[in-house]
Amino acid sequence: MTAVYLILTTPLIGMILLAFRGDRPSAGTINAWLNLLAFAEALWLAGDVFRHGPKLSPDRLLLIDPFNVYLVVLTTFVGLTTSLFSKAYMEHEREIGRVTSRRLRLYYAMYQGFMLTMYLVLTTNNMGVLWVAMEGATLATVLLVSLYRTPESVEAAWKYFILCGVGIAQALFGTVLLYFAAEQKLGVGGDGLLWTVLHENAAVLDPAILALAFVFLLVGYGTKIGLVPLHNWLPDAHSEGPTPMSAILSGLLLNDALYAVVRCKMLVDGSLGTHMAGTLMMGFGLLSFLVAALLLHRQTDIKRLFSYSSIEHMGLMTFAFGVGSPWATFAALFHMTTHSLTKSAIFVTVGHASQLAGTQRMERIRGLILTQPTIGWGLLIGTVAIAGFPPFGVFASEFLVLVATMHDYPWLTPLLLLGIGLAFAGLFRHLQSMVYGDVPEGQKPIPVKLWPVMLHLAIVLWLGLSIPGFLGDWFNQATQLISGALPQ
Amino acid sequence: MSITDLTLYQQAILLLAGLILLTSFLMLGQTRLLRLIVIFAIQGCLLAAATALAAGVLAYPHLYISAILTLVLKGIVIPMLLYRLTHRMGLHRHMDTIDHPTLGMMGGIGLVVFSYYVSLPVVATSTLVTLNAIAVSLSVVLISMLLMINRRQAVAHVVGFMSIENGLFFAAVVSTYGMPMVVELGVAFDVLVAAVVFGVFFFQIRASIDSLNVDRLNTLHETEK
Repeated sequence: MTAVYLILTTPLIGMILLAFRGDRPSAGTINAWLNLLAFAEALWLAGDVFRHGPKLSPDRLLLIDPFNVYLVVLTTFVGLTTSLFSKAYMEHEREIGRVTSRRLRLYYAMYQGFMLTMYLVLTTNNMGVLWVAMEGATLATVLLVSLYRTPESVEAAWKYFILCGVGIAQALFGTVLLYFAAEQKLGVGGDGLLWTVLHENAAVLDPAILALAFVFLLVGYGTKIGLVPLHNWLPDAHSEGPTPMSAILSGLLLNDALYAVVRCKMLVDGSLGTHMAGTLMMGFGLLSFLVAALLLHRQTDIKRLFSYSSIEHMGLMTFAFGVGSPWATFAALFHMTTHSLTKSAIFVTVGHASQLAGTQRMERIRGLILTQPTIGWGLLIGTVAIAGFPPFGVFASEFLVLVATMHDYPWLTPLLLLGIGLAFAGLFRHLQSMVYGDVPEGQKPIPVKLWPVMLHLAIVLWLGLSIPGFLGDWFNQATQLISGALPQ
Repeated sequence: MSITDLTLYQQAILLLAGLILLTSFLMLGQTRLLRLIVIFAIQGCLLAAATALAAGVLAYPHLYISAILTLVLKGIVIPMLLYRLTHRMGLHRHMDTIDHPTLGMMGGIGLVVFSYYVSLPVVATSTLVTLNAIAVSLSVVLISMLLMINRRQAVAHVVGFMSIENGLFFAAVVSTYGMPMVVELGVAFDVLVAAVVFGVFFFQIRASIDSLNVDRLNTLHETEK
């Protein structure tokens, strides 16, 4: 368990340290080292769990099982590569005078604060603490969305705060109901919110109350996933904040919110014995998937474009978890990984592209490949990957979702295919002219560090060609935990 | 079953539930910001009273801690903070406009009926008091959301936001005798940080649109023209 405590204390110390030192030139490097440390600790933890199986801390507040351990590794990894990008990005922003040293301190401290809440969401065994950490994630990031203090960014931050705050309050109500159901059967005491206790006793909990609780939990955490119709905050918050923020919001926060919903679903399924939770998730997921795919066509801001693409993919994952068969669950877990890696890589590239062009409006971003081939190719390959082209990993995971759907709900496959097609068209109608096209006058290359992008995309490519054995094992164990059987 | 069959404690909780619901309706109809904040503080005090009552009668000493937390945070600190900010922003004489006040009230009544309907599954497994508590707290949550929809002032939105938390707390106290301590403390911490962040936002919003009328925050759209 030492590794878990280390993973939680590293960002805590980092947050305090950077709150004072965040304006030094070395702050970006310190931030990256802290994230590297967390990544190393996560690998240590993963190795430990791989050898010795799931773990529960002595006070039963922390839980590590195959489902969350791989998300911890993924979270630390994306946190690390994004922090490398953030170093270069924030230095550029400081040079052009968009951020003051006070805001830089806030930025770096909250970067670590956000990572802390993410690790806590993933590792806690207490549904109440899960809620607290989820709300903490909003609080940590909301002031970063308005970091530039433009009217648009203040508006986006306000919307984000109110919508997510009100949304997640519903999840607290669901948590209270969960606790209420547990106390009726298990007696009054502090154990009724522990996930392990709830999971063991799910069969005896009152189904009517749990069904009610799940509706609130899904709406609450669903707001954070960005499920339609609760998605309005997401494109605003992603497009107006600093780009490293967009990368970790899209790559990590959405995943972890979905993780929370799936944990709740596991409890409710155990109690109800019906497919009610899954059906709800399928409905919300499919709606988000289709609406976001359509809205891709109407965007003019490059970061908003990719935010809608995030909603679309989160919708697909929610749908797949909702289908609930072992194959669908496996596919959803796989898609979480590939989407997270690809999307954070895209946001990093997009950040560089908009710094290069000096704008986020797509009609004025032109000729990337001619000005700076690395950025142009990075954006092109990233978009090809996220649109689900073979041989990238996103193709493999989307294909698995399709196959699983065809098996259980064949009549829904045309809708999925339609959505994938729409999203593909929506992305490429904008991409073509940005990557190719004539170079605007005076557009000069900027210093960039794109190897994290290449690393992400290389991993996604590798995952598309073959899933390494240890990862496959993890997915299998997590699938068995969630859906109760191995994919055959 | 008549109300005299209940124990005194249960009757007192029902009374407090009624009063908390009443404060929600008062907030819904209140146009003056300062009065809105005062009613919000009263709601916080009622909530603290309910918590202390449960702690005393049912002998759950840990509830005393959350009663004190509630009283200090919801009854004193946050209302004071809002009160002073409203003065500093020069909004203390401000009348917020409410579109369709009567419709708003009717909507509130509809939400209460809806909350009782939604809470019906709970009654099969529990007592009358719990049903009322859960239905009332859900009503408070929904009415506060209605309040936020109905208003334009950022201050009113914050009051609505905090009132939602009040409703949730009431449910937790009456139906489950409070949450585990670590969760209570975490939630209280989140609420406190949220209050501070809201304060920061008031200044940012005013600096950007020169008013706290959040209806004017309307530049970002789903699809851009």
